[in-house]
Amino acid sequence: MFNGLALGALLALISSGLTIIYGTLGVLNLAHGAMFMLGGYAGYVAFDATGSYIVAVIAGTLFLLVVGVVMERVVIRHFYNRPHEDQLLVTFGLGICFVEIVRFFFSSLTKTVPAPPLMSGITSLGFMFYPTYRLAVVGIVAVALIALYIVLYRTKLGMIVRAGIEDSVMVDSLGINVYKVFMVVFGIGAMAAGFAGIVNAPVVSLTPDVGEAILVQTFVVVVIGGVGSFPGAVLGGLIAGEIISITSMIDPGYAYVMLFAAMTLVLLLRPHGLLGTRGRE
Amino acid sequence: MTQRVHSNALSRRGLLQASTALAGASLVSPFLALPALAEDHPAIGTYPAGSSGSSVFVGITCPRTGTYAVQGEDEIKGCELAIEHINSGHPLIKAISPKTKKGVLGKEVKYAVADDGAKPNSAVQNISRFITENKAVMFTGGTSSAVAVALNKLAQREKVLYMTSISGSNDTTGKDCVRYGFRECFYGQTAAAGVGPVLLKAFGKGKKAAYLTPDYTYGHTVQKSMEDFLNKNGGWTTATNQVAPLGAPDYSSYLLNVVNSGADFLLNINWGHDAVLSIQQAKQFGVLSKMKLVVPYQTPFLAKEVGAELTQGVYAATDFWWSLEDKYPLAKMFVEAFDKKYGYKPEWGANACYLQFAFWANAVETAGTFYPPEVIKVLESGAKLQSTVGEVHFRPEDHQLVRPVIIVRGKKPADMKNKEDFWEVLEVLPGEPLMQKPDAFGCKLGDYT
Repeated sequence: MFNGLALGALLALISSGLTIIYGTLGVLNLAHGAMFMLGGYAGYVAFDATGSYIVAVIAGTLFLLVVGVVMERVVIRHFYNRPHEDQLLVTFGLGICFVEIVRFFFSSLTKTVPAPPLMSGITSLGFMFYPTYRLAVVGIVAVALIALYIVLYRTKLGMIVRAGIEDSVMVDSLGINVYKVFMVVFGIGAMAAGFAGIVNAPVVSLTPDVGEAILVQTFVVVVIGGVGSFPGAVLGGLIAGEIISITSMIDPGYAYVMLFAAMTLVLLLRPHGLLGTRGRE
Repeated sequence: MTQRVHSNALSRRGLLQASTALAGASLVSPFLALPALAEDHPAIGTYPAGSSGSSVFVGITCPRTGTYAVQGEDEIKGCELAIEHINSGHPLIKAISPKTKKGVLGKEVKYAVADDGAKPNSAVQNISRFITENKAVMFTGGTSSAVAVALNKLAQREKVLYMTSISGSNDTTGKDCVRYGFRECFYGQTAAAGVGPVLLKAFGKGKKAAYLTPDYTYGHTVQKSMEDFLNKNGGWTTATNQVAPLGAPDYSSYLLNVVNSGADFLLNINWGHDAVLSIQQAKQFGVLSKMKLVVPYQTPFLAKEVGAELTQGVYAATDFWWSLEDKYPLAKMFVEAFDKKYGYKPEWGANACYLQFAFWANAVETAGTFYPPEVIKVLESGAKLQSTVGEVHFRPEDHQLVRPVIIVRGKKPADMKNKEDFWEVLEVLPGEPLMQKPDAFGCKLGDYT
């Protein structure tokens, strides 16, 4: 149960980035896994240079904000009015480029960012022992999600973003430069992936392929929670984490089967996801 | 999938020349070429088309992406070094294949590498293309035993020789063995028979073991071999067997089950990045302070990736370790040549690939033809072969190389003499007594033609 919470928290954070981008821009970003990976490597480089975990987290996050904004300006914005297939292909291609560029410079050898000394070791929870850093991750992710929540629900920008999710044409005609908002949203989404990437690095250790498996799970989370819904991503992440860990206690072999079964069930009963609405689609 | 045609292998000009020559040959062949070849041998697979020019082509498929990417790159380097040595007539190749002058039967060896991501369907696609488009006379690849088994079937169907690179499953030369496939590295069963007694000697009888097993042919067969050996001969019991998919992104759920199992030993069958991640996470979960880690079949680069802190005192069976250079002169030549070219000491994947190319070159030179059934018969002759691990030979009944099993133990960081001195070779066990009967896993080789 508890392990599911830790797994789910991380999935929730990555998925929220994916889902706000899709919700606002209508672009399904298949490079999201690669961006998660990039965040980890940017953090690794920063950690290597400074030895500071905090600097690594900041570097991983900011680097992805920059990557996100540049990617949106240079590539993605040309695809808003093109068919979904084109958007999928271009983000898929960018993802491959990111992965292979990292492989070129860092090789496929595993890179490790150690947990900060304060958070390393094992903590006794009374009923079980659990790695301290994973406990810390739950807290860190909770703070990050709350920050995202505040940005999305308590600021003017957030209001515009959410309005954009509902009806971007209307927002545009109200005189708000919706494309500038798109850039910011893409940057925030990328930043969430980068942040998750570096926070997760001490847990899973880095290879260029680390984002690939995460991407699949992230999609499941988004589908379960409701495509484009931020609270849905959080709920979906926690549900997915619990499904994986509870099934694993019985038979780990069926963990992913159950995850996909749950997704199928949600698609059958609530095609828009648990918290999804009939938005712009 | 990425495919890189190497500049020293196939230039564009070379390709154009070759295709012009082929086009020309196909025009005249009905009248000239065929009667001449018919005296030799009937056409089969890519013979004689693949070996009628001044060069021959070999296809290499290895994972350059995914869980086994690190090991795949090492294998590719071993292959490339072997091809370079074959084409230049290097003394190391001549020591294994005495008839080699330059190339194979005087023909230059050209090659291309394709990435399969350790996925059987990608590997089969890659090699199918090498066979149809490049008329490959031989191919290699593996790393994942699931790939090796799939390529075995392809080799037998297409009648093109397959020299397996890395594959530890009992199935590869067991129930899925084929006439057209030969394997250098040993059975998982042999690894278990080698490392098992060492474990019993070091730790005693009646212990409880937890297994971490990757969910495919390699994992299942190696796990079963280890469990059978320890439980039967040492009265060990299995506390839990945690089966995870290949490339699992997180091992926390499995490790929690391991922690709760009350085992004394963690036998980690995982391989590649799966081994690295599961060991690092086992450390995070405190498993390694409660249980002793054993790696039945060592993963190349494992110690480099997780660090000697975690591999110290760990027992493992392995195919090759560079410090064998003190024992075998050919190993010394190989390690030196490899280190000079690539700047690090080769791991066993590179060694396996190098040897497989050398054995193939030797067999073709001895047969005096590329006609596959003749080459196979030479490999099946059981003749002694020189190698980087001493004298070896292929067992004719299952096409498995009879070769020593190397038992190693992880060195303490303080005992390491250089940055790659991770393992201490404890024993070099002769392979033959450790091997089960050739038909124990139901090997039926199939036809020559």
